[in-house]
Amino acid sequence: MSGWDKFVETFFNAKVMWKYLPDILSGMVVTIELALLIVVTGLGAGLALALLRSLAIRPLNWLIIFIVDLFRSLPPLVIIVLMYFGLPYAGPAPSGFVSTWLSLAFVLMAFSEEIFWAGITSIPKGQWEASRSTGLSFGQTLFNVVLPQAFRLTIPPLTNRTISITKGTALGTVVAVTEILGQASSAMSNSYNPSPLMMGAAAYVVLFLPVVVAARWIEAKFAWKR
Amino acid sequence: MIEAFFNIEIMKAAWPIVLTGLWNTILLSLIVVPLGLFGGLILALLASIRHPLVRWPLMAWVDFFRAFPPLVLLVLLFAGLPFAGLELGGFACVAIAFFLNTGSYYGEIFRAGIDSVPGGQVEAARSTGLSRMQAMRYVVLPQAVRNVMPDLLSNTLEVVKLTSLGSVVAVPELLYEARQAQSITYNPTPIVMAAVIYFLLLWPLVRLLSRLENRALAGRR
Amino acid sequence: MTSHIVDARAIHKHFGTLHVLKGVDLKVNERELVFVIGPSGSGKSTLLRCLNRLEEPSSGSIVVDGIDMLDPKTDINHARRRIGMVFQSFNLYPHMTALGNVTLALRKVAGKGRAEAEALGRAALERVGLAERADHTPGQLSGGQQQRVAIARSIALEPRVMLFDEPTSALDPELVGSVLEVMRGLRESGMTMIVVSHEMGFARNAADRVVFMDDGLIVEQGPPAAIFETPSHERTRAFIGQIQRH
Repeated sequence: MSGWDKFVETFFNAKVMWKYLPDILSGMVVTIELALLIVVTGLGAGLALALLRSLAIRPLNWLIIFIVDLFRSLPPLVIIVLMYFGLPYAGPAPSGFVSTWLSLAFVLMAFSEEIFWAGITSIPKGQWEASRSTGLSFGQTLFNVVLPQAFRLTIPPLTNRTISITKGTALGTVVAVTEILGQASSAMSNSYNPSPLMMGAAAYVVLFLPVVVAARWIEAKFAWKR
Repeated sequence: MIEAFFNIEIMKAAWPIVLTGLWNTILLSLIVVPLGLFGGLILALLASIRHPLVRWPLMAWVDFFRAFPPLVLLVLLFAGLPFAGLELGGFACVAIAFFLNTGSYYGEIFRAGIDSVPGGQVEAARSTGLSRMQAMRYVVLPQAVRNVMPDLLSNTLEVVKLTSLGSVVAVPELLYEARQAQSITYNPTPIVMAAVIYFLLLWPLVRLLSRLENRALAGRR
Repeated sequence: MTSHIVDARAIHKHFGTLHVLKGVDLKVNERELVFVIGPSGSGKSTLLRCLNRLEEPSSGSIVVDGIDMLDPKTDINHARRRIGMVFQSFNLYPHMTALGNVTLALRKVAGKGRAEAEALGRAALERVGLAERADHTPGQLSGGQQQRVAIARSIALEPRVMLFDEPTSALDPELVGSVLEVMRGLRESGMTMIVVSHEMGFARNAADRVVFMDDGLIVEQGPPAAIFETPSHERTRAFIGQIQRH
C-alpha cells in the first residue's frame, strides 16, 4: 500500500467512520443543544444585568461589577471543573451537561453585560434628556430610544464573543459530556483508530464555519462608517 | 463548607504543587502570546496585499481557525498525530494549536487596525518617496496598533486563560497541578486555590480592559 | 526648445466603466505656477494624482524632470522625492511631532543622518513660519498650521515640482490666508507649482497660467486675465460666470 493509501486507511477509515457516525451525530445534537442554551441564557442574563446596572443603585452595581469581573478573569475550564468536581461537596451535584452549560452561560453573561453596558453608556446624554423632556418615562426611553441605538453598536463585538464562548462546548469532554469531542474520543479509544476524531473535527467545522461566515456578514452590515 | 473548599491543611500541602503549576502557566503564556502575535502580524501583513489570489485563501485560513475549537485542535494534534507516527509532547501540541488558533484571532485584530488607518496616511507617505514597506512600518503600523490596543489586550487575556486547556493534554500548568492535588487529597480546595490565583493574576488586566473598552466604544460614536 | 519639467501626454484614466480623463496633455515649464480649475468631476484631482503616480493612468505618458513616471523600471520611490504633494486633508502623521513628520522621508528615503535631517527639517519649518511648533503633534495645531507643516514636509525633500490638491478647501476661511502666503513665498523662490483649487483671487494674482478642465478634457488654458475676463469657450464662460456669482 502506498503512503497516501495508508494515510487514508488510518485517518479516514470508511468502516470505522461508518460505524461511529451515529455517535458523532448524536454528539452534534448535544453540542447544538448546549450552544443554544448557552447563547440564550448567557445573552439574556447579560442584558438583564446591564439593564439592572442602568438603574444606578450603587451597592447593586458593585455586586454586578464584581460578578462580571470574576467570570471574565477565570478560565472557563476552571469554572466547569470547579462546578462539577467541587460543588458536590457543598450539596448540589450538577451533571457534566449542566456544569458546562451554566459555566459557559455565566462567562457569556459577564462578557455580554460589559458589551451591552458599553453600548448603553455610549449613547449621548442628550438622547435621554430629549426623550425625558417629551414626557417619556425612564423605561420607555430605555426601550424606545436608547436600546435600539445601542443595539447597532453592540452587534460586532457580541457576535465575536458569543462564537468564541460557544466553541467552549468542547470543554464538556473533560466532565464526560457526550458532545462531539467526547463521542469522538471514546470512539477513537474503542477502535484504536483516529478516524472518529477526524469526523468530529469535520462536525465542528460543519457547525461553526457557517456561523463564523454569517458573523462576518453581520459585522459588515453593522460596520461603522468612518 | 470551609473544610471542603478552604481547608488550611490541604492548602499548605498542595501549595508547592500549585505553585509549580502557576510558574508553568506563566512560562507557557510568555511563549504562546508572542507566538500568536507574530503569527497574527504576518497574517495581517499578507492580508494587506490586495491580490484576490492571496486574500481568499488567507480569509479561508483565518475563518477556519477561528471557527475550530482550540481544544479539538489540541486533541487532534495530541491524540491523532501519533497514529501518523508523530508523537509530539503536550507542550509542543499546545504551542502549535495556539499558534494556529490565536494567530488567526490576532491576525483579524491587526487587520482591523491596519484598515482603520485612513488611506490618506499611506498616500502622504508614498508621495514623499517612502516604499510600501516603509510606509507600513513607520506610518501605518504604529497607528494601527494604537487603535486596536484594547482588542489586543483583550485577546491576550483570552490566550492566558486558554493555557488551562493544557491540563487536558497533561501539560503541568496551574489547572493540571490543581486537579492532581485534588485527586490525591480527595478535596476540592486545590482547585479553589487555582481559581483564586487565576483571579488575582488576571483581574487587574480585566479592570484595565474594562476602562479602555468603555472609552473606545464611546469614542467611536 | 525649452524642455518642460512636466510633460504629460494623451492621459486617459478609467475607473471601471467611468472614463475620467479622456486624453489630457499638460506641459509645464520650470518656475511656472499653473492653476487648474473646473467643476467637480472634471478630473482635475485625478490628473494631478497621475503625475506622481498615486493614480495609475490607463494610457498615456508622463515625464517629470526627465524621469519616465510610467516606466516599470523606474524607481518610483526615488522619483517621488522630486515631486512634492500637498493634500486637501493634510494627511499629517498623528503619532509624530511636526518635526518628525518632516524628517521621516529625509531619513528613510534620502538617507540623511538624524542630525542632518533634523537641521533640514527645522529649516523647512522655518520657511513656513512654524519653527517654534517643531515639537507639537498635529493634534495640537490648527488646520492652517497643519497644512503648513504638510508643505514643509514636502519642501524639505527639495522637490523640483510641487502639486497642490485643493490645499485650502478643508480650512476655515480665516486660516486660508496663512497657507496662501506660504504658497506665494514658494512661488517667489522659483518653485514650479501645479495647483488644483477654487481660490480664484490667488489665481488671478499669482498664476502664470490657468487651465480649465471639464468632463475629463482641458477645454481652455491661458494667462489668468484671458481666462477670467475673456474666455473663448462657452463652457469656460459658464463656469467663470457661476463662480463669480459667489
